[in-house]
Amino acid sequence: MKVRVVTFPGSNCDKDVGSVLESEFGAKVEYTWYKESFSDTPDLVVLPGGFSFGDYLRCGAMAKFSNAMDSVVSYAKKGGKVLGVCNGFQILTESGLLPGALLHNRTLKYICKDVDLVPVSENRIGKEMKGTLSIPIAHGEGAYFADPETLERLEKNGQVVFRYKENPNGSLHDIAGICNEAGNVLGMMPHPERAVNPYTGKMDGKQILEVLLKK
Amino acid sequence: MFVAKINVTLKESVLDPQGQTVLRTLHDQGKNSVADLRVGKYIEMKIDAKSQSEAEALAKEICESVLVNQVIETYRLVVEKV
Repeated sequence: MKVRVVTFPGSNCDKDVGSVLESEFGAKVEYTWYKESFSDTPDLVVLPGGFSFGDYLRCGAMAKFSNAMDSVVSYAKKGGKVLGVCNGFQILTESGLLPGALLHNRTLKYICKDVDLVPVSENRIGKEMKGTLSIPIAHGEGAYFADPETLERLEKNGQVVFRYKENPNGSLHDIAGICNEAGNVLGMMPHPERAVNPYTGKMDGKQILEVLLKK
Repeated sequence: MFVAKINVTLKESVLDPQGQTVLRTLHDQGKNSVADLRVGKYIEMKIDAKSQSEAEALAKEICESVLVNQVIETYRLVVEKV
C-alpha cells in the first residue's frame, strides 16, 4: 500500500499523518515537496494540515499553484483517492477539486478541541463508519460555505460525508467534511490522524483512514 | 507604469464576522448611526504595461485567478496610470 503525502512550506501535519499511516496501517509513505511532480498512482494522496504559505491571502490559495498540486489534480481526475485534512481541505476547495470555501469561524476564535462527528449514511464513505466519532479539530477558518444551489446538490448527491453533532464554527448544514461527486476526493476539517494512536487517547480516526485505505 | 487598486470584500450573501464584531463595538460606543460595516482587504499592484487596457486585462485576470475567491468574495478594480 503506497501513500503520498504532499508537503507545502508551512505544512505541519505531514509527518503526523505519514507516521500514523506507516505505523498503524503498514503503508509505504513517500513525501512530495510542493515543487515536485509525480505521475505514479499511489493508493492515496494526502494533503495534510498546517498553514501552507503562511495562509497569506487566503488559506490554501497559494498552494494550488504548485507542481505537486498539478499532479494531484490530474491524479484525482483519473479517479485517484485524495484526502485533504484541515488546510488540505482548504487547498482542495481553492483548487476546485471540491466545491465551496472555508470561512473564518463564526466566533472568530481559533478552536482546538475534540468534536463529535456524525458520518452521513447516504454517503458511501460515511456509511462504512459506525456511530459518532470523536475527532479533534484545530482551525481558525473552518466554517464551510457554499451557495444554496451547491449545498442542495451536495445533499442530493450524498456528498456530505461528516456533520458536526454540535456545530463549532458556523459551517452551513453543520458540514465537517464533503467529497466530490465521484467520491474519490474527501476534504474534512477534523484531524483523523490525531485520533489513531492509543497514546493520543482517541482511536476513532482509525475508522476513517481504514475506509480510505481500502482497495 | 500603471497601478491597479483592488478592494476585495466578502459577498453580501456571506456573513462577515469580523465586520459584525467591529460594528458591535461601534454600537457599544453609541455610534448607532453606523448602519453596516464590512471588513475587506486592499491590494495594490504595479504593472508595467504598454497601455491602460493591457494593464486592466492583466489585473482582471490576476484578480480572478489568484487574488479573489469568487465563491465567497467580490472585488472592485481601478487601474490608474502613474
